[in-house]
Amino acid sequence: MAGKIFAAIVVLVTLATAYCVIAHVWWMPVDISVHGPKIDQQLEETMLVAGLLFVAGQVVLAAFVFLYGGAKNRPKQIPGGAKYLVLFAFLIVGAEILALSFVGSKAWGAVYFEAPDPNSLHIDVQAGQFAYYFRYPGPDGTFGALHPELINEGNQNFFGIDTDHDPDAKDDIVTAEMAIPVNKPILLTLHSKDVGHSFDVRELRVQQDFVPGLIIPIHFTATQTGRFEIVCTQLCGLGHYNMKAYLSVLSQADYDDWLKKQAAMQ
Amino acid sequence: MAETMAHAVAHHAPPQGFIRKYVFSIDHKVIGIQYTTLSLVAAFVGMALSWAMRIHLAWPDMRLPILGWLSPNGAPGGLMTPEYYLSLMTMHGTIMAFFVLTAAPFAGFGNFMLPIQVGAADMAFPRLNMASFWVTFTGFLLACATFFIPDGPPLSGWTAYAPLSAVGSVAGPGQGWGQNLWGLSIALFCVASLLGSLNFIVTVLDLRTKGLKMSRLPLSTWAWFIDAWVSLLAFAVLLPTCLLLVLDRLGGTSFFIPGGLVFNDQLQPHSGGSPLLFQHLFWFFGHPEVYIIILPAFGLVSHIMPTFIGKPLVGGWKVITFSEIAVGTLSFVVWGHHMFVSGMSPYMAMVFSVPTLFITIPSVIAVLVWVFSLYGANIRFDTPMLYSLGFISLFITGGIGGFFLAQPSTDSYLHATSFVVGHFHFTMGLSAIFATFAGFYYWFPKMFGRMMNEKLGKLHFWLSFIGVYCVFITMQLTGMSGAVRRYSALVDDFMVPLIPAYRFMTIAALLLGAAQFIFLYNVIWSRFKGPKAPDNPWGATTLEWDTTSPPPFDNFGGRQLVVHHGPMEYDGDESLMQTSPEPSIAGT
Repeated sequence: MAGKIFAAIVVLVTLATAYCVIAHVWWMPVDISVHGPKIDQQLEETMLVAGLLFVAGQVVLAAFVFLYGGAKNRPKQIPGGAKYLVLFAFLIVGAEILALSFVGSKAWGAVYFEAPDPNSLHIDVQAGQFAYYFRYPGPDGTFGALHPELINEGNQNFFGIDTDHDPDAKDDIVTAEMAIPVNKPILLTLHSKDVGHSFDVRELRVQQDFVPGLIIPIHFTATQTGRFEIVCTQLCGLGHYNMKAYLSVLSQADYDDWLKKQAAMQ
Repeated sequence: MAETMAHAVAHHAPPQGFIRKYVFSIDHKVIGIQYTTLSLVAAFVGMALSWAMRIHLAWPDMRLPILGWLSPNGAPGGLMTPEYYLSLMTMHGTIMAFFVLTAAPFAGFGNFMLPIQVGAADMAFPRLNMASFWVTFTGFLLACATFFIPDGPPLSGWTAYAPLSAVGSVAGPGQGWGQNLWGLSIALFCVASLLGSLNFIVTVLDLRTKGLKMSRLPLSTWAWFIDAWVSLLAFAVLLPTCLLLVLDRLGGTSFFIPGGLVFNDQLQPHSGGSPLLFQHLFWFFGHPEVYIIILPAFGLVSHIMPTFIGKPLVGGWKVITFSEIAVGTLSFVVWGHHMFVSGMSPYMAMVFSVPTLFITIPSVIAVLVWVFSLYGANIRFDTPMLYSLGFISLFITGGIGGFFLAQPSTDSYLHATSFVVGHFHFTMGLSAIFATFAGFYYWFPKMFGRMMNEKLGKLHFWLSFIGVYCVFITMQLTGMSGAVRRYSALVDDFMVPLIPAYRFMTIAALLLGAAQFIFLYNVIWSRFKGPKAPDNPWGATTLEWDTTSPPPFDNFGGRQLVVHHGPMEYDGDESLMQTSPEPSIAGT
């Protein structure tokens, strides 16, 4: 009896899980980046491979427990013994692993191995407890140098730039929201002023940590306009859950307007 | 050689007096029970913390007066602050990972059973063994003490990433003495684990009784032996890491803190350190750690199953043991998969991804061995067997999540989501807990001389098995939609729609927790009122069943045992005790 109940629970759990996955009860949000479809495809292929293993594993377990619970025959081993099991693991699972590795490296490479487009729009991003700040280089196309000792939130000098002496810094545009033009390659440089943080935009399929002491580049191109959440996913202290900013993906004209307004407010 | 050592080292006089018998005991059986009891207490503490967190996530306005009493600052009026949530989360992870999952299946059962299973009178170094326990105990007290200091427990997670954990109170609440105590607590745990591992290794190598070749070791002893090696190499790295962290905090060093950090507009007086160094060191320990947790579980289930299926595991001792050795070895070259989005070189991500995927092969072999051993068996569904079957199901489910997280491309989406939390709770949390329960129900008669109540045991299993799936499958699947872990409140655009799912998980977690009190009641009731246990209630074959329940002080009452064959030999339907002189049967 216990065996039959066990088998029933396992099958039920397997079916419920499979339903949730197939019906996309909880699923990734729509993708808005050029590289995103590769990641999504990789995830779906992995889901197929791993999902089949999951269902097969649970169903075989349930079936054996169902069939051999309380049997009174003399116990016997599976024909062929462990040989076929080991072969299965090496050949079938091994082949799946190799396939996933090779295909997956392409998806990963699309994000990290390709150099950013030389015409990318470069935005400098600084994270601190518990806010993001974004810096656009202004008309001169050059960022002012960073001087951590000059960081002063009271004076709104979030980045620690020297607008008095540094000509590159004078026209830097600092914002609390991020806007980018659609279909334009974007290059971000991420740096933190205090502890570890993360830059996560689920729709962009971009998640990258900020590591204090490092400046980390990451690049992407957004393909749809809209307003999206940027959230922190690296534990950074008490306000971690509420550390976020918004990314607006705008048409080029709207973006130009937005940037003008931001420049006027500096 | 083995015999000489057994006589030379492991024999000591019976202890006299209450203190030497039950407190500062050098008897491995008492130490095993001490470890198990410590883990049991720690497990209930850790579970209570998870309840508080889950209630807060689902119903943030609900007051929990006990928390207000415990920490007037952390939960004024019983309402949890965001920082207190993170503190509870940090301590839940710390207590569960170290003091429950690492301690119970390895140090708890290992201490009690390993010397008996090798036919020795005690561990190779009984005094070192006593020191291991009391150092662990001190570590646990330090961890618990963080709840009672003004600044409260640390909030930087069980991984304690620098520089949040390293710069001190400038980084906000929960970064004062709580974090120092945390570092010292874990450092002590490391010391104890190193001593314990050495003891396990030497005991297996030197104290095996006559005829007990390595190929005849019980599978639980094999797993503890392999685990001890992994433990020895991994904790040896975590120990200095903790000390360097404490030095950064108290000694003004900058091992993990780079220059140019600014808190509250103040430039910090640190320079030259590397947060990534901390991550590398932590995960160089941290990934083997999950195998340190799960390998004894492999061993327990492999040891328990043959008795309840009436035949050896398919592939005998070799296939499962070599899988464990492969898992233990590979566990040292996969740590970088925790750091795919950390800013580590993206090429290194590929280097770490491949062995991470390949470690699934020995894991799959182990699962296939357990599952296909059920083929053609006569399964008896006593509670230890039910928990072993539950372990297999949970481990399959958990392992599947690994495919997604081993690949940098898919991990870059799933990293830091509740998919990860669900995955590791299945794989190393609940799988190991289920195996520990299997071991507990299996060995309780031997440890305490009384049988546990089977009906309550089974009820405990059914509720736990269903409860675990309700909580953690939901957790894993909501992670697919981007639910971020380690958030103390659900305020994001993404998180708000998930509140109903979070409430479902909370209710399921509370019921799952409530079911554990059935276990607790069963333990306490059976300890004093349970029917007397025979020497070998399950019809098992290994040496712990070849002595009284509980065993006498020197384990075998002065008998010198001679082992004639491996632990999984059968004469027709009858299992053969390892000391039984019948010739071994071909093919097993």
